[in-house]
Amino acid sequence: MIVYLLCFILFLVGLFGVLTKRNVIKIVIGLSIMEFSIFLFFALIGYIDEGLAPIIVQNISSTKFVDPLPQAMVLTAIVIGLATNSMLLAIAIRLYKKYNTFDIRKINSLKG
Amino acid sequence: MIMEPLIPLYVILPLGAAFLIPVIGRLIKGFQKTITSLVFLFLLGLSIKFIISGINEPLSYRIGGWEPVAGIPIAIYFILDGLSIFMLCIVNLIAFLSGFYAISYIKKFTAENNFYALFSLMVAGMNGVILTGDLFNLFVFLEIAVIASYALVAFGIEKEELEASFKYQVLGGLASLLILFSIGLLYWNTKTLNIADIATIVKTGAYNKILIFSQLVLLAGFGLKAAIIPFHAWLPDAHSSAPSPISSMLSGVLIKAIGIYAIIRLFFNMFAISHEVALTLTTLGVLSMVIGSLLAIGQWDIKRMLAYSSISQVGYIIMGIGIGLLILTTNGNKTIAALSIFGGLFHLVNHAVFKGLLFLSAGAVEHRTGIRDLNKLGGLSGKMPITSSSSLIASLAISGIPPFNGFFSKLVIIIAAIQGQFYWLAGIAIVISIITLAYFLKLQKNTFYGDVKNKIDNIKEVPFTMCFSMIVLAILCVCLSLLIIPGIREAVIEPVVNTLINKANYLLILSEI
Amino acid sequence: MNGMTPIVKKVTQLIVGLIFLYGIYIITHGHLTPGGGFAGGAVVAGSFILLVLAYGSDILKLKKREEGSSVVESLGIFLFIVLAFAAIFIGTKVFFANYLPKGVIGELISAGVIPLYNIAVGIEVAAALFTIFLALVIYKEEVLK
Repeated sequence: MIVYLLCFILFLVGLFGVLTKRNVIKIVIGLSIMEFSIFLFFALIGYIDEGLAPIIVQNISSTKFVDPLPQAMVLTAIVIGLATNSMLLAIAIRLYKKYNTFDIRKINSLKG
Repeated sequence: MIMEPLIPLYVILPLGAAFLIPVIGRLIKGFQKTITSLVFLFLLGLSIKFIISGINEPLSYRIGGWEPVAGIPIAIYFILDGLSIFMLCIVNLIAFLSGFYAISYIKKFTAENNFYALFSLMVAGMNGVILTGDLFNLFVFLEIAVIASYALVAFGIEKEELEASFKYQVLGGLASLLILFSIGLLYWNTKTLNIADIATIVKTGAYNKILIFSQLVLLAGFGLKAAIIPFHAWLPDAHSSAPSPISSMLSGVLIKAIGIYAIIRLFFNMFAISHEVALTLTTLGVLSMVIGSLLAIGQWDIKRMLAYSSISQVGYIIMGIGIGLLILTTNGNKTIAALSIFGGLFHLVNHAVFKGLLFLSAGAVEHRTGIRDLNKLGGLSGKMPITSSSSLIASLAISGIPPFNGFFSKLVIIIAAIQGQFYWLAGIAIVISIITLAYFLKLQKNTFYGDVKNKIDNIKEVPFTMCFSMIVLAILCVCLSLLIIPGIREAVIEPVVNTLINKANYLLILSEI
Repeated sequence: MNGMTPIVKKVTQLIVGLIFLYGIYIITHGHLTPGGGFAGGAVVAGSFILLVLAYGSDILKLKKREEGSSVVESLGIFLFIVLAFAAIFIGTKVFFANYLPKGVIGELISAGVIPLYNIAVGIEVAAALFTIFLALVIYKEEVLK
């Protein structure tokens, strides 16, 4: 159970970063930390004690495999995370070009 | 159970178009415009064909042709039932009209190929979310749709667009993580991802704290995507900064397809809904309805006002559905619940039509004058008659003036609320409708009537493709009122309500062959 | 963008081919061992990125390369869609079905269409990552100017 708790703490660390940091890049890093805590949670869901990697090879002895589905899901989610992160960073660079700062307090042309 | 071979076309065609455009669009001029319009027109025709032929029981499609093993569904299912075909029809209608409108509008931007590729990708994602019968697949399609929309919001790459897109991405990313987390919890608990399969397990299983928790996390995630009130911060920025055809897609269908549709599908067809969750949903709906409209009054930017009004109108939809859920969970009269849900769904399609039209006409004004500030506009009705009259029709429709469609859907919701003895909610709905009329009168007066400001002389009507989309939507604003007439109503919207109320109907897809 | 020191250039020259080959190996053995299109594609993209970083390049060349790699990316994913779509006309006539003969478990040419999917995904991921890298580098150069 302790691993799930650690995983949740990692999530909170990321959330703390997103909520308190003023630097655009640090906000992106905070989001990635949250993302990876959830990937970790998925990997933990599928874990079985003494389970083998679910790949069929010759002379296999054990019949106990870890659940492959969460692993497949994590891989897909990592690909999606890659897309969102690169999108965020691209926007961050463009923002820097327009505002000459990474400080989120100074990026405030939209109000109301 | 029938395997319907045409279902995957809803995803394949837009996806194929999205990846053909960057390659062939360079070589052949005008390829991107033609192919997107043709694809969405074809899909719209296909949806109408399905609606006319009538879907009594859900059709399914197993990707890869994997048969269920020992009653456990292995394949990813695409499921086409009354609700999904209804949503697909709206999505592809607005997509076709917005894409057609964009042909003239997008000329001022440089990267037309990228615009149309992202546009097709977004629609492919939405169609996938609506069709899929698998939780994780829903997440993947949702991400496809929202990542494309992040890029499209920032398409102008000016200060405002970039800032709006960044806000949208941070909050949207948070929402996606919450949804993913909840999917993880559900998989942990039930060891399956198929929505119908989870529904059977949840129905037979005992009361479970993790399930309640995952419901709340899902509600927060999809609430962020649908911009229900405590989660609405990104919507006014994102929807007002995007290019107008995209605003009309985002406000008209995206928040409904990936927010409200997902909430409806999961909470009606998957979870055994509890009274508390139904109460939460209704409260959130009423809150968004009230606060959204109060915030809209004070806006002086056309598109920002429309964006706030979207929050308010989404509140109506959520309230209608929430009242239905409340009546169902307290074992009340099923006909009243059906009436309330019918009102919510009817308002959903109406809102897609008139909010799409309002954003398109705001875009037409911006296209010709370059101004979005209500203080600086005025007197355009003589110079842009088509834009002005279609915008007037949409404004009357959204404020609930008979004989336009908005009147009937609001009326149905209010009647259902009174019959279900929620007198307060009915009263609030009426008051908010009046406030809506107030701020749309402000919009009409400051944009199209009153004095002509000096700066904006020699304005012409917008080009043909923009006019065409606006005229079609304006005609639909009137014609959709016909859905209330008894004969047509039974044929079109009753199947949708039935799929929601009879949970067993959706589970039929598991009992095949 | 400037290149790096001669030491880095020489080492890059020596190992970049091996990295590329390793990526190809991971892609083609995706159905037998851990890895596959995404992991292999990332390694292949890494070899290209290493070359650009070590040798440097001017911005016009980078822009040209970015256009090329984004076309390759679209073609890669289009190949994937065509492979999946072809299943509607062949064999069981179901979208995404595995219509090629499955072969013997554990051999390189087996598992029907899956190796082909892996190759398409590999092309797509390699080109996409390279495009993202180039886009970010180009933005950076433009901001510094």
